[in-house]
Amino acid sequence: MNESDTLGASLVRSGVSRRSFLKFCTAMASLMALPPGAAYAMADALSRAQRQSVIWLSFQECTGCVESLTRSFDPTLEQMIFEMISLDYQETLQAASGEAAELARVEAMKSSYGKYLLIVDGSIPTKDGGVYSTVAGVSNYDRLIEMAKGAAAIVAVGTCSSYGGIPHANPNPTGAVSVSDIIKDKPVMNVPGCPPIPSVIAGTLAYFVTYGKLPELDHIGRPKVFYADTIHDRCYRRPFYDQGKFAKTFDDEGARNGWCLYELGCKGPTTYNACATIKWNGGVSYPIESGHGCLGCSEPNFWDNGSFYRPLSTPLASNTHIIAAGTLGGIAAGVVAAGLSRKHQTHIGEEK
Amino acid sequence: MDLLQFARGPALTWAATVFMFGITWRLVGILLLKRSPDFSEARNATSWLGAVKLIITRSWPRREFRQRTLFAQSLGYIFHVGLVIILFGFAPHILFFKALTGLGWPNLPSAFIQLTSGITLAALIVVLVRRLSHPVLRLLSNFDDYFSWLVTFTPVATGMLAVAHFGARYETLLAIHLLSVALLLVWFPFGKLMHSALIFISRGTTGALFERKGASI
Repeated sequence: MNESDTLGASLVRSGVSRRSFLKFCTAMASLMALPPGAAYAMADALSRAQRQSVIWLSFQECTGCVESLTRSFDPTLEQMIFEMISLDYQETLQAASGEAAELARVEAMKSSYGKYLLIVDGSIPTKDGGVYSTVAGVSNYDRLIEMAKGAAAIVAVGTCSSYGGIPHANPNPTGAVSVSDIIKDKPVMNVPGCPPIPSVIAGTLAYFVTYGKLPELDHIGRPKVFYADTIHDRCYRRPFYDQGKFAKTFDDEGARNGWCLYELGCKGPTTYNACATIKWNGGVSYPIESGHGCLGCSEPNFWDNGSFYRPLSTPLASNTHIIAAGTLGGIAAGVVAAGLSRKHQTHIGEEK
Repeated sequence: MDLLQFARGPALTWAATVFMFGITWRLVGILLLKRSPDFSEARNATSWLGAVKLIITRSWPRREFRQRTLFAQSLGYIFHVGLVIILFGFAPHILFFKALTGLGWPNLPSAFIQLTSGITLAALIVVLVRRLSHPVLRLLSNFDDYFSWLVTFTPVATGMLAVAHFGARYETLLAIHLLSVALLLVWFPFGKLMHSALIFISRGTTGALFERKGASI
């Protein structure tokens, strides 16, 4: 390996000090709950590693996931990420466009065949031959199949690529599916969220570059280090839930006192993500801290799980007309049963 | 559709529908039954007072039998009062009723509900053990008794586990809890649990009859 191609050499050229680099590695190791020694192992591995080739494909999406990554709260960390990986293709961030951009993708694929990390954001439409989303005249489905062949692993960033997301929501007019619905022969890691937390994206990338494999995943393909606990478990408002203190509206005294938002439809108890611990915008806040309940955006089918403002313990829909029909049916059945009984009693009386 | 969606959606809707159908069918059917004509002269002008009086007096052990029935009646009171506190005092349950009827009321602290749930479960277990170990009670018991006990016990137990996030993921526990409630609702009108709707009607009817006849209540 050419010494000048290593990440360490690249960092030196960019003026990144050893101290800053170690701080980054410690932060990443801490984020992923790795043992203390892992920070040094990570620093050692990263400094000797070649920059990881990354090809980022954007399919049926809103660019929110890329926006999230570019708004990574610590510029030093963000700089590290871009120094650590070689982002060879990303339609939104790259300078090239048109045929030049497509050429860059083909070149990156050829030069790192079997080694590159494929990142996908956005779901893949499959209805009508996948015609609902195409890039350079090629459907997302065909592009994913083509690019997955040479990938070492695939990271599905965002809920759309992880589970179908909003395009997959009922009635799913484009037949949107997730990456793991299509790719079965490659390791696929889901990093869901709408969008995912920037540090979570960065952390999982750092893990792959350091260890050359994906971190341990849960039953729906998410890295356990970030998605093991519910937001409710880590929420600073949890004591109020235990005390039975709930905000009834978004501007009542309970809301001003920071009481639990369960009654306002918070989906924190059923949502697995690191929002309550890592937070957003430099660790400043997260949706619940800003006064709004969790929407459950990192969970499959979150868009079809009833109203965002309907508490978890209530029925998904009122359906009072069905229950009312049952009640009327019961009254009718009771009247008929009583009528038959009376008729029978009269008949017995006449016989006597 | 995942398990929680099924529990919060079709399962609860249809369970509530069967519940309302069964309750109204039985109540209307019973209330519209033909009464036997009473040709005797009424001893009292009104009979409703006797109805209220008997409902109260029969809810308390008579002095003559107190020694023998105190334990069983105390157990009954403990888990019945416990069930009422859990059902109407826990915030998520109040939200459930509010979603269905639009009516809401203040909730009790969750820790108090958990304590009540623990006591209720313990009382229910003792009730079952007593039913199984008492030779006469065991002979009198049938499937209805045991199944009614099961569909009462399960929602309390699964509810406690869900609140404590113990044993499985919260969404799974919540779904199981809601499904156990759905089972309770479906069974309620057709088994002995219907006593909670009929007990006051039957006692009131007896009390009114006693009052009319001038019997001691």
